Amino acid sequence: MNSTSTQFVPSRRMGLCEPMPQVGMWNDYKENNCMHASQPVILEVDSRFDNQSEDTSHGTVGPSNKYDQEENKPVDKVMRRLAQNREAARKCRLRKKAYVQQLENSKLRLMQLEQELERARHQGSYIGGGLDTGQLGYSGTTNPGIATFEMEYGHWVEEQNKKIADLRNALYSDIGDVELGIFVDGGMRHYFDLFAMKATAARADVFYLMSGTWKTSAEHFLSWIGGFRPSELLKVLMPHLEPLTEQRRLELSNLRQSCQQAEDALSQGLEKLHQILSETVADGQLGEGNYLPQISAAMEKLEAMVRFVGQADHLRQETLLQISRNLTTRQTARGLLALGEYFQRLRALSSLWASRPRGSA
Amino acid sequence: MEKVRKLTSEKGVMIFSKSTCCLCYAVHMLFQELRIKPYVHEIDHDPDGKEIEKALSRMGCSGPLPAVFIGGELVGSTNEVMSLHLSGSLVQLLKPYQNLS
Repeated sequence: MNSTSTQFVPSRRMGLCEPMPQVGMWNDYKENNCMHASQPVILEVDSRFDNQSEDTSHGTVGPSNKYDQEENKPVDKVMRRLAQNREAARKCRLRKKAYVQQLENSKLRLMQLEQELERARHQGSYIGGGLDTGQLGYSGTTNPGIATFEMEYGHWVEEQNKKIADLRNALYSDIGDVELGIFVDGGMRHYFDLFAMKATAARADVFYLMSGTWKTSAEHFLSWIGGFRPSELLKVLMPHLEPLTEQRRLELSNLRQSCQQAEDALSQGLEKLHQILSETVADGQLGEGNYLPQISAAMEKLEAMVRFVGQADHLRQETLLQISRNLTTRQTARGLLALGEYFQRLRALSSLWASRPRGSA
Repeated sequence: MEKVRKLTSEKGVMIFSKSTCCLCYAVHMLFQELRIKPYVHEIDHDPDGKEIEKALSRMGCSGPLPAVFIGGELVGSTNEVMSLHLSGSLVQLLKPYQNLS
Protein backbone atom coordinates (compact mmCIF):
# COMPACT_ATOMS: atom_id res chain seq x y z
CA MET A 1 0.00 0.00 0.00
CA ASN A 2 1.45 3.32 -0.93
CA SER A 3 1.53 6.05 1.63
CA THR A 4 0.84 9.21 -0.34
CA SER A 5 -2.04 11.69 -0.12
CA THR A 6 -5.28 10.65 1.48
CA GLN A 7 -4.47 7.18 2.44
CA PHE A 8 -6.54 7.28 5.58
CA VAL A 9 -9.59 6.45 3.56
CA PRO A 10 -8.65 2.88 2.73
CA SER A 11 -7.32 2.44 6.22
CA ARG A 12 -10.67 3.42 7.61
CA ARG A 13 -12.30 0.74 5.58
CA MET A 14 -9.83 -1.76 6.84
CA GLY A 15 -9.71 -0.30 10.28
CA LEU A 16 -12.15 -2.43 12.21
CA CYS A 17 -10.93 -5.69 10.81
CA GLU A 18 -7.22 -5.21 10.65
CA PRO A 19 -6.07 -2.81 13.25
CA MET A 20 -2.50 -3.98 13.31
CA PRO A 21 -1.38 -3.25 9.79
CA GLN A 22 -3.24 -0.01 10.15
CA VAL A 23 -1.11 1.09 13.04
CA GLY A 24 2.00 0.20 11.16
CA MET A 25 0.77 2.16 8.23
CA TRP A 26 0.19 5.23 10.34
CA ASN A 27 3.76 5.11 11.37
CA ASP A 28 4.90 4.75 7.81
CA TYR A 29 2.67 7.61 6.86
CA LYS A 30 4.11 9.84 9.54
CA GLU A 31 7.68 8.98 8.66
CA ASN A 32 7.41 9.14 4.89
CA ASN A 33 5.14 12.11 4.46
CA CYS A 34 6.52 14.85 6.63
CA MET A 35 5.92 17.34 3.86
CA HIS A 36 2.37 16.25 3.21
CA ALA A 37 -0.21 18.97 3.45
CA SER A 38 -2.16 17.11 6.07
CA GLN A 39 0.80 16.94 8.35
CA PRO A 40 -1.02 18.92 11.03
CA VAL A 41 -3.61 16.17 10.93
CA ILE A 42 -1.00 13.53 11.54
CA LEU A 43 0.53 15.44 14.38
CA GLU A 44 -2.82 15.83 16.03
CA VAL A 45 -3.45 12.17 15.67
CA ASP A 46 -0.09 11.35 17.15
CA SER A 47 -0.59 13.50 20.20
CA ARG A 48 -4.05 12.12 20.75
CA PHE A 49 -2.82 8.63 20.24
CA ASP A 50 -0.06 9.09 22.73
CA ASN A 51 -2.53 10.26 25.32
CA GLN A 52 -4.67 7.17 25.09
CA SER A 53 -3.50 5.23 28.04
CA GLU A 54 -5.41 2.10 27.15
CA ASP A 55 -3.53 1.86 23.89
CA THR A 56 -0.36 0.05 23.29
CA SER A 57 1.44 3.35 23.42
CA HIS A 58 4.46 2.62 25.49
CA GLY A 59 5.98 5.59 23.79
CA THR A 60 5.87 4.14 20.33
CA VAL A 61 3.26 2.22 18.51
CA GLY A 62 5.12 -0.51 16.83
CA PRO A 63 3.76 -3.60 15.24
CA SER A 64 2.35 -5.65 18.07
CA ASN A 65 -0.30 -8.21 18.62
CA LYS A 66 -1.86 -6.42 21.55
CA TYR A 67 -4.92 -5.27 19.64
CA ASP A 68 -8.22 -6.94 20.24
CA GLN A 69 -11.87 -5.98 20.21
CA GLU A 70 -11.81 -3.44 23.04
CA GLU A 71 -9.13 -1.40 21.33
CA ASN A 72 -11.48 -0.73 18.44
CA LYS A 73 -13.44 1.96 20.31
CA PRO A 74 -10.64 4.50 20.71
CA VAL A 75 -9.63 3.64 17.16
CA ASP A 76 -13.15 4.63 16.08
CA LYS A 77 -12.93 7.95 17.85
CA VAL A 78 -9.56 8.65 16.41
CA MET A 79 -10.75 7.79 12.92
CA ARG A 80 -13.69 10.16 13.31
CA ARG A 81 -11.47 12.89 14.56
CA LEU A 82 -9.09 12.33 11.69
CA ALA A 83 -11.95 12.73 9.24
CA GLN A 84 -13.10 15.91 10.95
CA ASN A 85 -9.62 17.31 10.89
CA ARG A 86 -9.32 16.51 7.23
CA GLU A 87 -12.57 18.26 6.53
CA ALA A 88 -11.61 21.29 8.59
CA ALA A 89 -8.24 21.52 6.91
CA ARG A 90 -9.86 21.25 3.51
CA LYS A 91 -12.36 23.99 4.27
CA CYS A 92 -9.58 26.14 5.61
CA ARG A 93 -7.59 25.71 2.44
CA LEU A 94 -10.63 26.61 0.31
CA ARG A 95 -11.33 29.72 2.35
CA LYS A 96 -7.72 30.78 2.05
CA LYS A 97 -7.81 30.24 -1.68
CA ALA A 98 -10.96 32.34 -2.03
CA TYR A 99 -9.44 35.09 0.07
CA VAL A 100 -6.25 35.19 -1.97
CA GLN A 101 -8.29 35.25 -5.17
CA GLN A 102 -10.25 38.21 -3.88
CA LEU A 103 -7.06 40.00 -2.88
CA GLU A 104 -5.58 39.49 -6.32
CA ASN A 105 -8.70 40.77 -8.05
CA SER A 106 -8.66 43.84 -5.85
CA LYS A 107 -5.01 44.36 -6.63
CA LEU A 108 -5.68 44.29 -10.36
CA ARG A 109 -8.60 46.66 -9.97
CA LEU A 110 -6.39 49.01 -7.99
CA MET A 111 -3.73 48.97 -10.66
CA GLN A 112 -6.33 49.65 -13.34
CA LEU A 113 -7.63 52.60 -11.35
CA GLU A 114 -4.11 53.92 -10.87
CA GLN A 115 -3.49 53.71 -14.57
CA GLU A 116 -6.69 55.58 -15.34
CA LEU A 117 -5.72 58.20 -12.80
CA GLU A 118 -2.33 58.55 -14.46
CA ARG A 119 -4.01 58.93 -17.80
CA ALA A 120 -6.36 61.58 -16.44
CA ARG A 121 -3.42 63.42 -14.92
CA HIS A 122 -1.65 63.46 -18.26
CA GLN A 123 -4.75 64.71 -19.93
CA GLY A 124 -4.91 67.51 -17.43
CA SER A 125 -1.43 68.64 -18.34
CA TYR A 126 -2.14 68.04 -22.00
CA ILE A 127 -5.18 70.28 -22.04
CA GLY A 128 -3.33 72.86 -19.96
CA GLY A 129 -0.83 73.08 -22.77
CA GLY A 130 2.01 73.08 -20.30
CA LEU A 131 3.76 70.18 -21.90
CA ASP A 132 5.16 70.43 -25.35
CA THR A 133 6.85 67.09 -25.29
CA GLY A 134 6.85 64.29 -27.79
CA GLN A 135 8.49 62.02 -25.20
CA LEU A 136 5.16 61.41 -23.52
CA GLY A 137 3.94 59.89 -26.74
CA TYR A 138 1.39 62.57 -27.40
CA SER A 139 1.43 64.88 -30.36
CA GLY A 140 3.99 67.57 -29.91
CA THR A 141 1.59 70.49 -29.88
CA THR A 142 -1.58 70.93 -27.87
CA ASN A 143 -4.26 69.43 -29.98
CA PRO A 144 -7.75 69.91 -28.61
CA GLY A 145 -9.06 67.16 -30.87
CA ILE A 146 -6.70 64.67 -29.29
CA ALA A 147 -7.30 65.93 -25.76
CA THR A 148 -11.01 65.41 -26.33
CA PHE A 149 -10.42 61.94 -27.69
CA GLU A 150 -8.30 60.95 -24.68
CA MET A 151 -11.02 62.03 -22.31
CA GLU A 152 -13.79 60.39 -24.30
CA TYR A 153 -11.83 57.19 -24.60
CA GLY A 154 -11.35 57.06 -20.84
CA HIS A 155 -15.11 57.33 -20.43
CA TRP A 156 -15.60 54.75 -23.14
CA VAL A 157 -13.50 52.21 -21.23
CA GLU A 158 -15.42 52.83 -18.01
CA GLU A 159 -18.71 52.48 -19.84
CA GLN A 160 -17.41 49.33 -21.51
CA ASN A 161 -16.61 47.73 -18.14
CA LYS A 162 -20.15 48.47 -16.98
CA LYS A 163 -21.64 47.07 -20.16
CA ILE A 164 -19.64 43.88 -19.85
CA ALA A 165 -20.76 43.36 -16.26
CA ASP A 166 -24.39 44.00 -17.28
CA LEU A 167 -24.10 41.63 -20.21
CA ARG A 168 -22.63 38.93 -18.00
CA ASN A 169 -25.48 39.26 -15.50
CA ALA A 170 -28.03 39.25 -18.30
CA LEU A 171 -26.56 36.11 -19.86
CA TYR A 172 -26.57 34.16 -16.63
CA SER A 173 -30.01 35.29 -15.58
CA ASP A 174 -33.32 34.05 -16.93
CA ILE A 175 -34.17 36.92 -19.24
CA GLY A 176 -35.57 36.17 -22.65
CA ASP A 177 -33.97 36.74 -26.01
CA VAL A 178 -35.71 40.03 -26.68
CA GLU A 179 -34.36 41.59 -23.49
CA LEU A 180 -30.97 40.04 -24.07
CA GLY A 181 -31.03 41.53 -27.56
CA ILE A 182 -31.16 45.00 -26.02
CA PHE A 183 -27.91 44.34 -24.21
CA VAL A 184 -26.37 42.92 -27.38
CA ASP A 185 -27.39 45.93 -29.45
CA GLY A 186 -26.03 48.24 -26.80
CA GLY A 187 -22.74 46.39 -26.81
CA MET A 188 -22.37 46.51 -30.58
CA ARG A 189 -23.30 50.17 -30.75
CA HIS A 190 -20.70 50.93 -28.13
CA TYR A 191 -17.99 49.57 -30.41
CA PHE A 192 -19.39 51.58 -33.31
CA ASP A 193 -19.26 54.69 -31.11
CA LEU A 194 -15.57 54.05 -30.60
CA PHE A 195 -14.98 53.83 -34.34
CA ALA A 196 -16.74 57.17 -34.81
CA MET A 197 -14.61 58.73 -32.06
CA LYS A 198 -11.48 57.41 -33.74
CA ALA A 199 -12.52 58.83 -37.11
CA THR A 200 -12.81 62.29 -35.58
CA ALA A 201 -9.49 61.90 -33.78
CA ALA A 202 -7.79 60.72 -37.00
CA ARG A 203 -8.72 64.00 -38.63
CA ALA A 204 -7.14 65.79 -35.68
CA ASP A 205 -3.92 63.75 -35.65
CA VAL A 206 -3.69 60.51 -37.56
CA PHE A 207 -0.17 59.75 -36.33
CA TYR A 208 -1.35 59.81 -32.77
CA LEU A 209 -4.15 57.42 -33.53
CA MET A 210 -1.96 55.08 -35.54
CA SER A 211 0.73 55.07 -32.90
CA GLY A 212 -1.72 53.46 -30.50
CA THR A 213 -0.26 55.12 -27.42
CA TRP A 214 -3.79 55.84 -26.26
CA LYS A 215 -4.22 52.12 -25.70
CA THR A 216 -2.68 50.07 -22.93
CA SER A 217 0.65 48.48 -23.74
CA ALA A 218 -0.56 44.91 -24.26
CA GLU A 219 -3.43 46.02 -26.51
CA HIS A 220 -1.01 48.18 -28.44
CA PHE A 221 1.38 45.29 -28.94
CA LEU A 222 -1.37 43.18 -30.47
CA SER A 223 -2.93 45.91 -32.57
CA TRP A 224 -3.10 46.33 -36.33
CA ILE A 225 -3.60 49.73 -37.96
CA GLY A 226 -4.78 51.38 -34.78
CA GLY A 227 -7.01 48.66 -33.36
CA PHE A 228 -7.74 44.97 -33.08
CA ARG A 229 -7.14 42.60 -35.99
CA PRO A 230 -10.55 41.26 -37.13
CA SER A 231 -9.31 37.78 -38.01
CA GLU A 232 -7.69 37.47 -34.60
CA LEU A 233 -10.92 38.56 -32.99
CA LEU A 234 -12.72 35.72 -34.70
CA LYS A 235 -10.11 33.29 -33.47
CA VAL A 236 -10.67 34.46 -29.89
CA LEU A 237 -14.45 34.33 -30.22
CA MET A 238 -15.05 31.05 -32.04
CA PRO A 239 -14.73 28.64 -29.05
CA HIS A 240 -17.24 30.72 -27.09
CA LEU A 241 -19.88 30.59 -29.81
CA GLU A 242 -20.31 26.83 -29.55
CA PRO A 243 -22.41 24.88 -30.07
CA LEU A 244 -22.40 25.73 -33.77
CA THR A 245 -23.98 23.90 -36.66
CA GLU A 246 -21.58 22.77 -39.33
CA GLN A 247 -22.93 25.39 -41.68
CA ARG A 248 -22.40 28.20 -39.18
CA ARG A 249 -18.92 26.99 -38.44
CA LEU A 250 -18.12 27.01 -42.12
CA GLU A 251 -19.57 30.50 -42.53
CA LEU A 252 -17.48 31.81 -39.66
CA SER A 253 -14.41 30.07 -41.00
CA ASN A 254 -14.98 31.71 -44.38
CA LEU A 255 -15.49 35.03 -42.67
CA ARG A 256 -12.17 34.62 -40.93
CA GLN A 257 -10.45 33.88 -44.22
CA SER A 258 -12.05 36.89 -45.87
CA CYS A 259 -10.89 39.08 -42.99
CA GLN A 260 -7.36 37.80 -43.36
CA GLN A 261 -7.40 38.53 -47.08
CA ALA A 262 -8.76 42.02 -46.53
CA GLU A 263 -6.20 42.67 -43.79
CA ASP A 264 -3.37 41.51 -46.04
CA ALA A 265 -4.55 43.80 -48.82
CA LEU A 266 -4.74 46.81 -46.50
CA SER A 267 -1.35 45.99 -44.98
CA GLN A 268 0.20 45.89 -48.43
CA GLY A 269 -1.41 49.21 -49.28
CA LEU A 270 -0.02 50.73 -46.11
CA GLU A 271 3.41 49.33 -46.90
CA LYS A 272 3.26 51.06 -50.27
CA LEU A 273 2.30 54.29 -48.53
CA HIS A 274 5.38 53.99 -46.33
CA GLN A 275 7.55 53.66 -49.40
CA ILE A 276 5.93 56.57 -51.16
CA LEU A 277 6.18 58.77 -48.09
CA SER A 278 9.84 57.95 -47.65
CA GLU A 279 10.57 58.59 -51.32
CA THR A 280 8.66 61.86 -51.30
CA VAL A 281 10.54 63.19 -48.30
CA ALA A 282 13.88 62.00 -49.68
CA ASP A 283 13.22 63.43 -53.12
CA GLY A 284 15.53 65.98 -54.69
CA GLN A 285 18.75 67.14 -53.19
CA LEU A 286 19.29 66.11 -49.59
CA GLY A 287 21.67 68.52 -47.94
CA GLU A 288 20.88 71.83 -49.54
CA GLY A 289 18.78 72.96 -46.64
CA ASN A 290 15.69 73.69 -48.70
CA TYR A 291 13.02 71.06 -48.33
CA LEU A 292 9.71 72.84 -48.40
CA PRO A 293 8.60 71.37 -51.73
CA GLN A 294 9.25 67.84 -50.52
CA ILE A 295 7.45 68.11 -47.22
CA SER A 296 4.57 69.94 -48.89
CA ALA A 297 4.24 67.01 -51.26
CA ALA A 298 4.45 64.64 -48.32
CA MET A 299 1.54 66.33 -46.59
CA GLU A 300 -0.78 64.96 -49.24
CA LYS A 301 0.43 61.44 -48.53
CA LEU A 302 -0.40 61.86 -44.86
CA GLU A 303 -3.99 62.54 -45.83
CA ALA A 304 -4.07 59.02 -47.23
CA MET A 305 -3.23 57.66 -43.76
CA VAL A 306 -6.54 58.96 -42.48
CA ARG A 307 -8.30 56.86 -45.09
CA PHE A 308 -6.37 53.76 -44.05
CA VAL A 309 -7.31 54.09 -40.41
CA GLY A 310 -10.90 54.62 -41.49
CA GLN A 311 -10.76 51.56 -43.71
CA ALA A 312 -9.36 49.40 -40.91
CA ASP A 313 -12.15 50.49 -38.55
CA HIS A 314 -14.69 49.86 -41.29
CA LEU A 315 -13.34 46.32 -41.54
CA ARG A 316 -13.74 45.88 -37.78
CA GLN A 317 -17.29 47.16 -37.89
CA GLU A 318 -18.21 44.92 -40.81
CA THR A 319 -16.71 41.92 -39.06
CA LEU A 320 -18.80 42.53 -35.93
CA LEU A 321 -21.94 43.01 -38.05
CA GLN A 322 -21.26 39.90 -40.08
CA ILE A 323 -20.72 37.81 -36.94
CA SER A 324 -24.01 38.95 -35.45
CA ARG A 325 -25.89 38.29 -38.70
CA ASN A 326 -24.87 34.64 -38.64
CA LEU A 327 -25.68 33.91 -35.00
CA THR A 328 -28.52 33.78 -32.50
CA THR A 329 -28.93 36.57 -29.96
CA ARG A 330 -27.57 34.36 -27.20
CA GLN A 331 -24.55 33.35 -29.24
CA THR A 332 -23.79 36.96 -30.11
CA ALA A 333 -24.15 37.88 -26.45
CA ARG A 334 -21.63 35.22 -25.49
CA GLY A 335 -19.32 36.43 -28.23
CA LEU A 336 -19.53 40.04 -27.09
CA LEU A 337 -18.91 39.01 -23.50
CA ALA A 338 -15.88 36.96 -24.50
CA LEU A 339 -14.54 39.83 -26.60
CA GLY A 340 -15.08 42.40 -23.87
CA GLU A 341 -13.40 40.25 -21.29
CA TYR A 342 -10.50 39.52 -23.62
CA PHE A 343 -9.71 43.22 -23.86
CA GLN A 344 -10.22 43.65 -20.13
CA ARG A 345 -7.60 40.95 -19.56
CA LEU A 346 -5.20 42.73 -21.89
CA ARG A 347 -5.72 45.96 -19.99
CA ALA A 348 -5.20 44.17 -16.68
CA LEU A 349 -2.06 42.52 -18.07
CA SER A 350 -0.71 45.95 -19.00
CA SER A 351 -1.36 47.23 -15.48
CA LEU A 352 0.29 44.23 -13.91
CA TRP A 353 3.27 44.57 -16.20
CA ALA A 354 3.60 48.29 -15.54
CA SER A 355 3.63 47.75 -11.80
CA ARG A 356 5.95 44.76 -11.63
CA PRO A 357 8.86 45.16 -9.21
CA ARG A 358 12.03 46.06 -11.01
CA GLY A 359 15.57 45.52 -9.82
CA SER A 360 17.55 48.49 -8.49
CA ALA A 361 15.86 51.14 -10.59
CA MET B 1 -19.37 59.27 -70.29
CA GLU B 2 -18.63 57.24 -73.33
CA LYS B 3 -15.11 56.30 -72.41
CA VAL B 4 -16.16 55.02 -69.02
CA ARG B 5 -19.07 53.06 -70.49
CA LYS B 6 -16.87 51.50 -73.10
CA LEU B 7 -14.16 50.49 -70.68
CA THR B 8 -16.48 49.06 -68.07
CA SER B 9 -18.48 47.02 -70.54
CA GLU B 10 -15.39 45.64 -72.24
CA LYS B 11 -13.41 44.69 -69.17
CA GLY B 12 -14.96 42.15 -66.87
CA VAL B 13 -13.32 43.39 -63.69
CA MET B 14 -11.90 46.88 -63.65
CA ILE B 15 -10.57 49.40 -61.18
CA PHE B 16 -10.36 53.13 -61.81
CA SER B 17 -7.29 54.11 -59.86
CA LYS B 18 -4.55 56.65 -59.36
CA SER B 19 -0.95 55.50 -59.45
CA THR B 20 -0.25 57.32 -56.17
CA CYS B 21 -3.35 56.00 -54.43
CA CYS B 22 -2.43 53.31 -51.92
CA LEU B 23 -5.98 52.25 -51.13
CA CYS B 24 -6.45 51.60 -54.84
CA TYR B 25 -3.33 49.46 -54.63
CA ALA B 26 -4.79 47.63 -51.63
CA VAL B 27 -7.97 46.78 -53.55
CA HIS B 28 -5.86 45.62 -56.48
CA MET B 29 -3.91 43.35 -54.11
CA LEU B 30 -7.15 41.91 -52.75
CA PHE B 31 -8.33 41.00 -56.24
CA GLN B 32 -4.99 39.37 -56.97
CA GLU B 33 -5.31 37.34 -53.79
CA LEU B 34 -8.69 36.16 -55.11
CA ARG B 35 -6.98 35.07 -58.33
CA ILE B 36 -8.41 37.90 -60.39
CA LYS B 37 -6.42 40.06 -62.78
CA PRO B 38 -8.43 43.27 -62.88
CA TYR B 39 -7.92 45.89 -65.53
CA VAL B 40 -6.53 48.92 -63.73
CA HIS B 41 -7.01 52.31 -65.34
CA GLU B 42 -4.77 54.96 -63.81
CA ILE B 43 -6.69 58.16 -64.40
CA ASP B 44 -3.76 60.35 -63.37
CA HIS B 45 -2.03 58.99 -66.46
CA ASP B 46 -5.08 59.72 -68.59
CA PRO B 47 -5.51 63.16 -70.13
CA ASP B 48 -9.25 62.77 -69.67
CA GLY B 49 -8.73 61.96 -65.99
CA LYS B 50 -10.78 64.85 -64.62
CA GLU B 51 -13.70 64.03 -66.88
CA ILE B 52 -13.60 60.43 -65.82
CA GLU B 53 -13.67 61.40 -62.15
CA LYS B 54 -16.71 63.61 -62.70
CA ALA B 55 -18.46 60.89 -64.65
CA LEU B 56 -17.79 58.38 -61.92
CA SER B 57 -19.34 60.57 -59.25
CA ARG B 58 -22.34 61.12 -61.52
CA MET B 59 -22.69 57.37 -61.79
CA GLY B 60 -23.02 57.14 -58.05
CA CYS B 61 -19.51 56.41 -56.90
CA SER B 62 -19.74 58.46 -53.73
CA GLY B 63 -16.26 58.23 -52.38
CA PRO B 64 -12.81 58.90 -53.76
CA LEU B 65 -11.00 56.29 -55.80
CA PRO B 66 -10.84 53.38 -56.30
CA ALA B 67 -13.99 52.81 -58.31
CA VAL B 68 -14.61 49.13 -58.97
CA PHE B 69 -16.74 47.72 -61.80
CA ILE B 70 -17.62 44.05 -62.21
CA GLY B 71 -19.39 42.95 -65.38
CA GLY B 72 -20.07 46.54 -66.33
CA GLU B 73 -21.83 47.28 -63.04
CA LEU B 74 -20.51 49.77 -60.51
CA VAL B 75 -19.70 47.97 -57.26
CA GLY B 76 -18.39 51.00 -55.41
CA SER B 77 -15.27 52.09 -53.59
CA THR B 78 -13.15 50.36 -50.93
CA ASN B 79 -15.94 50.25 -48.33
CA GLU B 80 -18.33 48.47 -50.65
CA VAL B 81 -15.70 46.03 -51.86
CA MET B 82 -14.73 45.12 -48.29
CA SER B 83 -18.34 44.72 -47.14
CA LEU B 84 -19.11 42.49 -50.10
CA HIS B 85 -16.03 40.42 -49.44
CA LEU B 86 -16.82 39.84 -45.78
CA SER B 87 -20.35 38.79 -46.60
CA GLY B 88 -19.00 36.28 -49.12
CA SER B 89 -20.71 37.98 -52.05
CA LEU B 90 -17.62 39.36 -53.73
CA VAL B 91 -16.24 35.94 -54.53
CA GLN B 92 -19.60 35.01 -56.06
CA LEU B 93 -19.53 38.09 -58.29
CA LEU B 94 -15.97 37.38 -59.34
CA LYS B 95 -16.41 33.69 -60.08
CA PRO B 96 -16.91 34.08 -63.84
CA TYR B 97 -13.73 36.08 -64.08
CA GLN B 98 -11.35 34.01 -62.01
CA ASN B 99 -8.18 32.73 -63.61
CA LEU B 100 -8.87 34.52 -66.87
CA SER B 101 -5.93 36.65 -67.87
